[in-house]
Amino acid sequence: MAKLDPATAPVARRFVLPERLRNVGQSYSGLAALLLIILYDILFRPHFLQVQSLYNDLQEVAPIAIIATGMTLVIATGGIDLSVGSLMAFAGALAPIIFLSPLLSNNPLLGNTLALIIPLLATSLLGLFNGFLITRFRIQPIIATLVLFIAGRGLALVLSNDKLQDFHNPSFQFIGQGAVLGIPFQVILMLIIVAVFAVIVRITTFGRYVLATGGNEAAARLAGIPVNRVKLAVYTISAMLAALAGFVIISINSSSDATRVGLNGELDAIAAVAVGGTPLTGGQANVTGTLIGALIIYLIGATLISQNVSFGVAQMIKAAIILLAVYLQRQRKG
Amino acid sequence: MADISTMKASRSSRLASGWTRSKSILQRQGALIALIVLVLFGALRYDNFFSTYNFLTVISYNTTFGLIALGMTFVILTGGIDLSVGSLAALCSVVAALASPYGLLAAIGAAALAGLIVGLFNGWIIAWLRIPPFLATLAMLLAARGMALVLAKDATVSVNATPDWAALSQGILYGIPLPVFLILVYAIGSFVLNFTRFGRHVLAVGGDEEAARLMGLPVERIKLGVYAISGVLAGLAGVLLAGQTFTGSPNEGVGWELTAIAAVVVGGTLLTGGMGSVWGSLAGALLLGLVFNILNFENGFGFISLGVSWQSVIRGAFLLIVVLLQSRLVRTKKVR
Amino acid sequence: MTQTSPLLRMEHISKAFPGVIALVYAHLSVNPGEVHALVGQNGAGKSTLIKILTGAYRRDSGTILFDGRTVDFQSPQQAQNNGISTIYQEINLVPFRSVAENVFMAREPRRWGFIDWRKMRTETATLLERLSVSIDVTQPLMNYNIAIQQMVAIARAISFESKLVVMDEPTSSLNEREVETLFTIIRQLKADGVSVIFVGHRLDELYAICDRVTIMRDGRTVDVCEMKGLPKVELVAKMLGKELSEVRQHGQTSFTVGQHHVEQNVLLEARELRRGRVLQGASVDVHAGEIVGLAGLLGSGRSEVARAVFGADPVEDGEVRVEGKRAHFHSPADAIHAGIGFCPEDRKMDGIIPYLSVRENLTLAALPTLARNGIVSREKQQEIVDQFIRRLDIKTAGPEQKIRELSGGNQQKVLLARWLCLNPRLLILDEPTRGIDVGAKAEIQALIEELAERGLGVLMISSELEELLEGSDRVVVLRDGRTVASLEREEISLNAVMAAMAHGNGNDHLETAKKEEEVQHGEA
Repeated sequence: MAKLDPATAPVARRFVLPERLRNVGQSYSGLAALLLIILYDILFRPHFLQVQSLYNDLQEVAPIAIIATGMTLVIATGGIDLSVGSLMAFAGALAPIIFLSPLLSNNPLLGNTLALIIPLLATSLLGLFNGFLITRFRIQPIIATLVLFIAGRGLALVLSNDKLQDFHNPSFQFIGQGAVLGIPFQVILMLIIVAVFAVIVRITTFGRYVLATGGNEAAARLAGIPVNRVKLAVYTISAMLAALAGFVIISINSSSDATRVGLNGELDAIAAVAVGGTPLTGGQANVTGTLIGALIIYLIGATLISQNVSFGVAQMIKAAIILLAVYLQRQRKG
Repeated sequence: MADISTMKASRSSRLASGWTRSKSILQRQGALIALIVLVLFGALRYDNFFSTYNFLTVISYNTTFGLIALGMTFVILTGGIDLSVGSLAALCSVVAALASPYGLLAAIGAAALAGLIVGLFNGWIIAWLRIPPFLATLAMLLAARGMALVLAKDATVSVNATPDWAALSQGILYGIPLPVFLILVYAIGSFVLNFTRFGRHVLAVGGDEEAARLMGLPVERIKLGVYAISGVLAGLAGVLLAGQTFTGSPNEGVGWELTAIAAVVVGGTLLTGGMGSVWGSLAGALLLGLVFNILNFENGFGFISLGVSWQSVIRGAFLLIVVLLQSRLVRTKKVR
Repeated sequence: MTQTSPLLRMEHISKAFPGVIALVYAHLSVNPGEVHALVGQNGAGKSTLIKILTGAYRRDSGTILFDGRTVDFQSPQQAQNNGISTIYQEINLVPFRSVAENVFMAREPRRWGFIDWRKMRTETATLLERLSVSIDVTQPLMNYNIAIQQMVAIARAISFESKLVVMDEPTSSLNEREVETLFTIIRQLKADGVSVIFVGHRLDELYAICDRVTIMRDGRTVDVCEMKGLPKVELVAKMLGKELSEVRQHGQTSFTVGQHHVEQNVLLEARELRRGRVLQGASVDVHAGEIVGLAGLLGSGRSEVARAVFGADPVEDGEVRVEGKRAHFHSPADAIHAGIGFCPEDRKMDGIIPYLSVRENLTLAALPTLARNGIVSREKQQEIVDQFIRRLDIKTAGPEQKIRELSGGNQQKVLLARWLCLNPRLLILDEPTRGIDVGAKAEIQALIEELAERGLGVLMISSELEELLEGSDRVVVLRDGRTVASLEREEISLNAVMAAMAHGNGNDHLETAKKEEEVQHGEA
């Protein structure tokens, strides 16, 4: 075959943005959208800029942003995790059981510590289970995580005996209700998590392995990358972050309702990732973009409601935005 | 030159086909076998297993579900999934209630039409805009519920009760008992799947989409068709829903799609599509319903106390087992 | 020679894709009731030509005359409806569906609007009878082995009353007996007046079943010959574009001939590798400082040997030794650990991570060594990347440029650097200069040589014979998955290699060629 080499001439020198800036740039459209929404809110939403209201907004977004970070990693490997919402309910049901248990009533420190660690471990095991189905049995991620999508919430209900768990545990609830230097703790948690994972993706071996696995799995394998271990890791991380998000939610509400915690969480997370500019086909991970995406989606909903648009219509608009974001994503990648 | 007169499948492939055949029979009729076993179990163990009350409870629950499971079967057979059916049923129950002043027939028509429109929309964005079915129908889940809330003005809509509606709440639709109606619908579904070109093409698309395309099948139109079917059946389910409680409620139907998926998969349809059975889904739906029915009885006995919450766990466990079993079979299906 | 007008005449067919010219005035002509072979190496253009014929691609220019009419098919279905069927290598039927359904897919017979199962069954059975196949047509296709599946595909083709059946590598998954059965069917088709285009590369098969052969190379039709009377070596020569009597010309590549110091210690010993039909006893050795060329026709198993040695694919039998010790590579990571690097044949599919930068791609395999506590040291990365960009003269806007934007040659350099920065002992290169401009090609060839000088062992696969002949200290020839010749430096010659490819034993090639010609003439 007579081939024309597309670049026999030397490649023109041009300035190439470092990856970090490029990521943000990729979501510059996202950033612009976010700024527009914020502008609109400043103008038309009463009390928007008041500290209390801002904090409220951020508090609502935090759990979503947390699970969306995990979702970003999973999607970056070319997979998807539908179980995050249910896993949130699972962890959120398990924690009160532990710190409310009569065994630990005398030792609140131990109780709270165990209530953090055990659900975290248990949920991580469930995430490992997801990864196992995908790597060992080669089941498609959608189907594999569908199992816990269905059963996870059920497990939570079983654990909590179908009962709403009310509690008052200020130490544990610090996660959701505490504040450091005036900033709500879960917002700090969210920012830390986003920052940590953004850094992990950018400068650690693991982070680069995640991108390589999603970018070209065959090539990654040939380059000696332990693709299966990478996948197991991202699903475990996703589950861990879901547990944290679950803690936040039950702490805010001072109760754990296994039927409500994390409901539609996976859709919110996927939407945040899509709107935030990470391609759903894998190979790239824009963690900060996901945060922006989560903010955009949340603010749109909040703005609509503040403008007295009914909840139903707000849902419809949210659905339309998600579809649009996914559609545009596919156009861009192609 | 080798002498070949008749070429029969070689012995090893005949053995293989024997094993595959029995495996696939087990897979297809497994639900039916389990169903029969459970019915016998229940009849022997519980006194009022066959009582009218129990029957009615089981039946009305199952007819609504059965309709949804049938639609889900067609969708899953093409390798897709429809997560919007629960919300769609709720939406259509509201539509039915709103249309009820014009009679039950009008309500049925309106609900079916609403379901059809939403189903067509689903099919369009999935087949032509190429948005993954999971995402598309998950978004539609939100949108449909939102629409239901809007139509019901954030409340519920009462049904304009006529004798027809009253009969419906007792399990009779224009003189036909609901179970008979369900079997009729399933018979139509099975007939379509087995005796129409459309039905066979649904199976082909799910089996190997690329090959189907290369063989000249109108893949997009087939996909549009199955989502439309799912939508219409969800619409009918919505009518039944409204009939049960005389209200159209936007808050019903939560989680129905998951039960439907479990029923379809347990009934022997591959979650990745291409192979399955309509009657199997009915068996799967009845089986799941029966399992919970029996659990209730056992609860009454006090031997075990499994709450409602176990339902999802059991569904999930069923799904897991079936998916693991199917993962062997799916290996033969080409993944491009 | 028959005087009947051809059934098919494709003339002056040209086709270009962005950046690549696939066909240049190619032509193909098939007579009625003829079995016509279409051969050519990778990139010769034969699959493009077939796709144009069957309507999967549109041609840029040229005419196609079929059955007396000018045709211009827009889709494979249209071609099928007009008498041209294709049997694909991957079958492309639906495995879950029954045999009968597959044969009649999209045209299922109906009665009163509903599917007539009985008619479908009986007609399918009849069709298969014509092919001497008698099976239960209600069984799912996947219950049957690939040979029968192929028969079903052929039955489908016949049911369209095709006049021309294109078979794309139909024997690649068949055993000898099944191949014989297929050939019987092809002869039957021929007797029924149906023509067959047989795209294949196994010489013995082509000679057994085909009447004429069209040879393609570099997008052109090079020659059209009668199979009878064409010596195998001549066919191979035409495929590769060589003259039989061509004297070895020095200096066609950047390899300096005969200059390497080959050391005694054996780096790699691969013995009798077997896997299915693809590897049937392949063996190759590489010493330190030695460049071993792995030669063979398309489909002879060269890439499969490379991947098997590297641990990328499993083997059913055979052993691999590294520096004398038995090695069990379960994954590429094991091979890399043992000091082996591998540049795959297909850069796009197996090599580059497209959206990652040059820097990322270059250091991908070396990341563990560049990282401390899991954190990649940016400085060390930069150092290595700069070093190799300079050393290999990689033309890029900067290390941060996305690798997919680089030209093929520069991408290849980055991939080479990926392994070089690990200081491997053995480098396996699968078509290292394919799709690369002349300048970059020379650079890479010189580089390979320099590496060998430094003691690196190189196993090189190349379809460009000059490269192999001039660059190798030793040439191992594969044929149908088996090593058939190992030529030491003095024995390396174009004729020797081609003869080995053609017949299987390179050393007495002239004798065999003469014998073969006698046989062929005897049959006339």
